[in-house]
Amino acid sequence: MGNPNKAKAESGIMRWIDDRFPATQMMQEHLTQYYAPKNFNFFYIFGVLALLVLVNQILTGVWLTMSYNPSAEGAFRSVEYIMRDVEYGWLIRYMHSTGASAFFVVIYLHMFRALMYGSYKAPRELVWIFGMAIYLLLMAEAFMGYLLPWGQMSYWGAQVIISLFATIPGIGPDLAQWIRGDFLISGITLNRFFALHVVALPIVILALVVLHIIALHEVGSNNPDGIEIKEKKDEAGKPLDGIPFHPYYTVKDLVGIAVFLFVFAVVLFYFPEGGGYFLERPNFEPANPMVTPDHIAPVWYFTPFYAILRAITFDFLGLRAEFLGVLAMGGAIAILFVLPWLDRSAVKSMRYKGWLSRIALVIFSISFVILGILGAIPATPMRTLVAQICTLLYFAFFILMPVYTSIEKTKPVPERVTG
Amino acid sequence: MKKQLFALLFALVPFMAIAAPGPDVPHSMTPDLQDKESLQRGMQLYVNYCMGCHSLEHQRFARAAADFDMPQDLVEENLIFSSSLAYNDLMQISMQREDGDNWFGAAAPDLSLHGRLRGTDWIYSYLLGFYRDPSRPTGVNNTVYELVAMPNVLEPLQGVQEMVCSETDQPVHGQSPDPLSGKYQSCDVLQVTQPGSMEPAEFEEAVYDLTNFLAYVGEPSKLQAQALAPKVLIFIFIFGVIAYLLKREYWRDIH
Repeated sequence: MGNPNKAKAESGIMRWIDDRFPATQMMQEHLTQYYAPKNFNFFYIFGVLALLVLVNQILTGVWLTMSYNPSAEGAFRSVEYIMRDVEYGWLIRYMHSTGASAFFVVIYLHMFRALMYGSYKAPRELVWIFGMAIYLLLMAEAFMGYLLPWGQMSYWGAQVIISLFATIPGIGPDLAQWIRGDFLISGITLNRFFALHVVALPIVILALVVLHIIALHEVGSNNPDGIEIKEKKDEAGKPLDGIPFHPYYTVKDLVGIAVFLFVFAVVLFYFPEGGGYFLERPNFEPANPMVTPDHIAPVWYFTPFYAILRAITFDFLGLRAEFLGVLAMGGAIAILFVLPWLDRSAVKSMRYKGWLSRIALVIFSISFVILGILGAIPATPMRTLVAQICTLLYFAFFILMPVYTSIEKTKPVPERVTG
Repeated sequence: MKKQLFALLFALVPFMAIAAPGPDVPHSMTPDLQDKESLQRGMQLYVNYCMGCHSLEHQRFARAAADFDMPQDLVEENLIFSSSLAYNDLMQISMQREDGDNWFGAAAPDLSLHGRLRGTDWIYSYLLGFYRDPSRPTGVNNTVYELVAMPNVLEPLQGVQEMVCSETDQPVHGQSPDPLSGKYQSCDVLQVTQPGSMEPAEFEEAVYDLTNFLAYVGEPSKLQAQALAPKVLIFIFIFGVIAYLLKREYWRDIH
């Protein structure tokens, strides 16, 4: 009957289950005896919110699939059919489209939290890497989902992004054609994006979320002080600064969820277009391969990387500017993966790091936001210059990190968590 | 809790602050989907003046009738002209797209989503922006959509509008206003030179109704959203208060 040390219910149906499946054991490991630091602040809500939005995307996505028609002839019409003729179809669709933007809002804040409190540092490198993999796949998921309404911006946005692959020397054009499955974006592209968006990527993302959480629960949560609470335990072996995730954080998270849902519902009901950034205006016109929109802008959550792409306007070392732009954009995401090994600081949290790290994080965050704004608006020579400076600052944050984190003077870290 | 709310709102600021700028057009209007009479008049104008060429292929007669409180028999008698269309049908037109392309160069677009694509300010300004221009095949041009192929179908209502040199209240680029009257001199002033069946103010109201109707057609679910939103928000608020009290109770002994 398995490991005799496993936690089991005394009797009854739970006992029957526990003899066959480690239900009580898992409940204890991940909820009632998972000790989380008691000093989590506001920034620690975004993990659970990301999970909430993920569930929202999956449920609304399933219901959208019931009425959506994945063909070049029928896609646009079927979305309007959902918006008008399906009972509460408009609500389900807006929950999905607003949810996509909400996903990136909470993920960006979740990542910012990790940067601030050093949640990527040892022993949490794998937590960070799984998280980055989720982020990368989420971008692919969102990009493919955006093609499905088959509006003008869906079509031309996808056209621009897939063309990026065509800039790779040698194999580029063939690779782009292989991705599209056609000489230009067509119903074939739409169908394969549909398959990837609703089946393949969600499965991988879900698996990675499980890995992300298992890795987190193995090493334990970080906290705003960057202290390992496992190092100070009482006689019973419980961390002195830890409290069981359930019930303490489950009830606390409910409050955060309510606040989030309130804001989410306000956007969903009153501003579903998000000022033209969640649903872009040209997307209210069916895709037309013969007419290019005046200004093609990706959805807001891609704009920082789009700005980096456009910032590279010069050929270098015999490589063309377009390809260098793609490399810079890819590099901007790839460099995040090695972050745990760039930070040489003896402390985790910004609270105890020196001024250099703090200034670097502020400059990095501002550059990222400026890039995001620049990526959404048409380029001018002045804006391109600003984008180039911000791109430099973006990379400087990472490339110089081994230097500024090792030379700066850090503050002493307290023994126990503070407030 | 308060801190969390502020922080969340703060997180949303960047998106509100850089909201996409609307099109640069001379007039603006705010749709009012609660004004059912305006929507009824707008629909009446639409089926009489626009629907010869412009379909609303995502909008059903019946849905509009229900949303505007119009009885079925009245709609069937007064708003459905084609014998091939029934009350529950989409507002299609009989002109084939290929014919439209051949006859006009490009078929008149479907307007179901124009309220969202172009925006209501644009539609409103466009409908008010026609003026006589003998050099154009249709005899008219438009201030918002230059060299437009569409004739001014509302001219019988509006009268003949021409572009004249006159005084205007609108600031003119590179010109300071007259110190006495505070007005500007401009040769881009639109003026009705032969009256139509409506007074200018009356016509502007009709164009408002028509634009309001197109705003509705762009997103009929907005009516449902407006009705449902307060209920959902109150529910979430009460849930939040209970969750907060629960949290406070549980956390009483954590220091």
